[in-house]
Amino acid sequence: MTAGVTWGTAALLAVLAVASLLTGVIDLAPGNPGAWGVLLVSRLPRTLAVILTGASMAVAGLVMQMLVRNRYVEPTTSGTGQGAALGILLVTLFWSDAPILAQMAAASLCALLATGGLLLVVRRLPPTQPLLVPMVALVYGSVIGAVVVFIGYQLDLLQYVEVWTNGEFSGVILGRYELLWASGAVAVAAYLAADRFTIAGLGREASVSLGLDYGRVVLLGLLIVSVVSALTVATVGMIPFVGIVVPNIASRLLGDNLRATLPGVALLGATLVLACDLIGRIVRHPYEIPVGTVLGVVGAVVFLLLLHGRPGRAG
Amino acid sequence: MIEILGVSHAISGRPILSDVTLRLPSGGVTALIGPNGAGKSTLLSLMARLQKLQAGRISFDGLDVTRTPTDRLALKLAILRQDTVFGARLTLRDLVEFGRYPHHRGRPGSGDRAKVEQALALFGLHDLGDRYADEVSGGQRQRALVAMTFAQETDYLLLDEPLNNLDMAHARHLMRTLREVADRHGRTVVVVIHEVNYAAAHADRIVALKEGRLAFEGAPAEVLTEERLGALYGTPVPVRQVDGRPVALHYG
Amino acid sequence: MAGPAVPDKRLATLLVLLLALCAAFLTLGARGDWGFVLAWRGTRLAALLVVGAAIATATVLFQTVSGNRILTPSVMGFDALFVLLQTGLVFALGGVGAAALPALLRFGLEFGLLMGAALLLFGTLLGSARQDLHRMVLTGLILGVLFRSLSGFLQRLIDPNDFVVAQASSFASFGAIDSQLLALAAFLSAAAGLGAWRMRHRLDVLALGRDPAIGLGLDHARSVLLVLVLVAALVSASTALVGPVTFFGLLVTALADRLMRTHRHALLLPAAALIAGIALVGGQLVVERLLGLTATLGVVVEFLGGLAFLVLVLRERAR
Repeated sequence: MTAGVTWGTAALLAVLAVASLLTGVIDLAPGNPGAWGVLLVSRLPRTLAVILTGASMAVAGLVMQMLVRNRYVEPTTSGTGQGAALGILLVTLFWSDAPILAQMAAASLCALLATGGLLLVVRRLPPTQPLLVPMVALVYGSVIGAVVVFIGYQLDLLQYVEVWTNGEFSGVILGRYELLWASGAVAVAAYLAADRFTIAGLGREASVSLGLDYGRVVLLGLLIVSVVSALTVATVGMIPFVGIVVPNIASRLLGDNLRATLPGVALLGATLVLACDLIGRIVRHPYEIPVGTVLGVVGAVVFLLLLHGRPGRAG
Repeated sequence: MIEILGVSHAISGRPILSDVTLRLPSGGVTALIGPNGAGKSTLLSLMARLQKLQAGRISFDGLDVTRTPTDRLALKLAILRQDTVFGARLTLRDLVEFGRYPHHRGRPGSGDRAKVEQALALFGLHDLGDRYADEVSGGQRQRALVAMTFAQETDYLLLDEPLNNLDMAHARHLMRTLREVADRHGRTVVVVIHEVNYAAAHADRIVALKEGRLAFEGAPAEVLTEERLGALYGTPVPVRQVDGRPVALHYG
Repeated sequence: MAGPAVPDKRLATLLVLLLALCAAFLTLGARGDWGFVLAWRGTRLAALLVVGAAIATATVLFQTVSGNRILTPSVMGFDALFVLLQTGLVFALGGVGAAALPALLRFGLEFGLLMGAALLLFGTLLGSARQDLHRMVLTGLILGVLFRSLSGFLQRLIDPNDFVVAQASSFASFGAIDSQLLALAAFLSAAAGLGAWRMRHRLDVLALGRDPAIGLGLDHARSVLLVLVLVAALVSASTALVGPVTFFGLLVTALADRLMRTHRHALLLPAAALIAGIALVGGQLVVERLLGLTATLGVVVEFLGGLAFLVLVLRERAR
């Protein structure tokens, strides 16, 4: 079953990728002299950016769920993404010509702190009330989001805030998306540590009794989630719900052993975001609807279905 | 008189009550007994119009529960469901005062206040009136809830397992108070009771339900026999006569 | 339920405080033509008061029928739904068509739609609130995201070049106020507020929950319906005026509850409305006059309200 789902998703992704390469204002008919350039500079980078983002956000979501030990949290709605935006905002404020690496470091650090803060809050919630956690996380995220908007408003940087918070791929061209490869690399790193996250998902006691350094695994997980979120927010903006919807569906199809499911999760994430990006490009051609908006609708609907459908295998 | 005629009830296709017909005369204490899932609570809810009647008729002194306006019924019967919890910030006096609402609709007079104090006193709560409901013990809160139904001054009181979570002393005190409510104040009390011996000791009438049907009814001394209780609960229940009352020895 | 014969001292204090803040708001740092200043500031003051009272009343009402203190109309997505309906109306009629509608008719249409949608959606959802509160709240929060995203989606479809971001933004704006809309909102809020006041004793009983309320002779279903209609009216009024405000109501009712320590709506309703007015007028004074910041009260209010929500949830579970 696992292999079937994975290969099926891969095939679907390939089809969507081709569609993505062929969709756009400029017609790529053979014989068009500029076609090759458009493909190389704009279409291909965009398609790759979408795939990298979708895959790494889905993985980050899954890792975060293991850390928080709850199925209904993900970075962009639970403060990580907002933390990253806050970090970039602060760098812009205090060190306006900071190198990109410093920006990323600040964004990752703030994302890390925000996520760590969430973990501390969540630890105080009773494990018997699984839905309390996403509720608190959602509000926690919006409180940090309010801080970001407040600072943005005061400094007249609101339009940047808008860019960071609403994911969009229309600006992606060659030379402006490459950071996402780093994000993809981090997702691969998550795969290498998959077993440890699976165990961490069982809780501190189970981890310790299996000889795992729980604290270090949690820190590693926090790093992965924060860096992926920071890179994504800075490059294309927040892509909501991928981190919740994809791991939940994957868990129903594939189970909960991360080493076996992570590749499938990454593929599903890439497929979902690519499909939504295509929808955004096609619905009102030649204009575009940001993928963040499309996913806000699609993701919210799927989330509601997950929430009210038959219960998943674990809280 | 309470008339229950051909009442059947099903929840998502599963029958809870099947063709229950029952007449309870006014006055006295009637205990509703039966194993878990027999339909006791459902029957009480239907009598108190908390659930919609699907088939059959229920009336109190000729007032049909489905056709009589709900505010009029509130002057005829009072109901206490089991496990009633209130989120609002209420003192025990506030709680009991709510029982007067059907009479004054939010504008209590001095008569209403006197009745509230009377109810508090009857249930031994006069010192606790100003305490908040979440600060007192479960037994005290439970008594306040029963006092609230008493303060409603209705002819009929329907109580669903009021002895839940009460220790021996509190349970006995509550049952004696209910006895007093029936004897001295002339009310009709219908109470769902889990523990047969409380029913034997304090009730005038026993009504037993099993699997949604009426199993038997009658005076405790007549119906609380080994055969009947054994059949009702599906387990042997030795019964002895102690001081002229049947006592079930179901602990051994 | 024995209402106090003399007005509650705490209410009187709140009222005096609010009046003092209003006076400060109107006069502090004013220069030039007084007639103009008072008219300009008066309009904004009125808007703050109307919005505050509307949100406070709507939240108290909603919490009463839902039987929980972390459930509010805005947390359940009412505001976002209103914005979606506004956007949907423009989408259906076209920008020109919608603009051509008389303001009253348009507002009435939006209000009617909200009422229908709210009753349909929340009437059915509310039934399960007591059993599964967290699922309920989470559903509401996600519905809010869904409605906001749908509004954003529709706005892109309406006019991708210059769609109005302001309406879809997640934060209320207390900046420029349309005086015609203000009059309408004030009237609607006053009517709904009066309705709520007249129901105050019934609300006390409703707060006990469905079964006790029926036992005490209340037509529960009808009362809840009526309350939801009032809530829809109040949310329409405040959202039309300033936009969505997610957590403010929660902050206000939490404070009112702490201050009044009572279940009586005769005290809770005015207390919540007064506290809301104090928070908004005082907040605007501090943010705008003292800190010299530009219209960000909506964000500050959300921040504080969100914190209040977290504190409430963490505390509730500590009990």
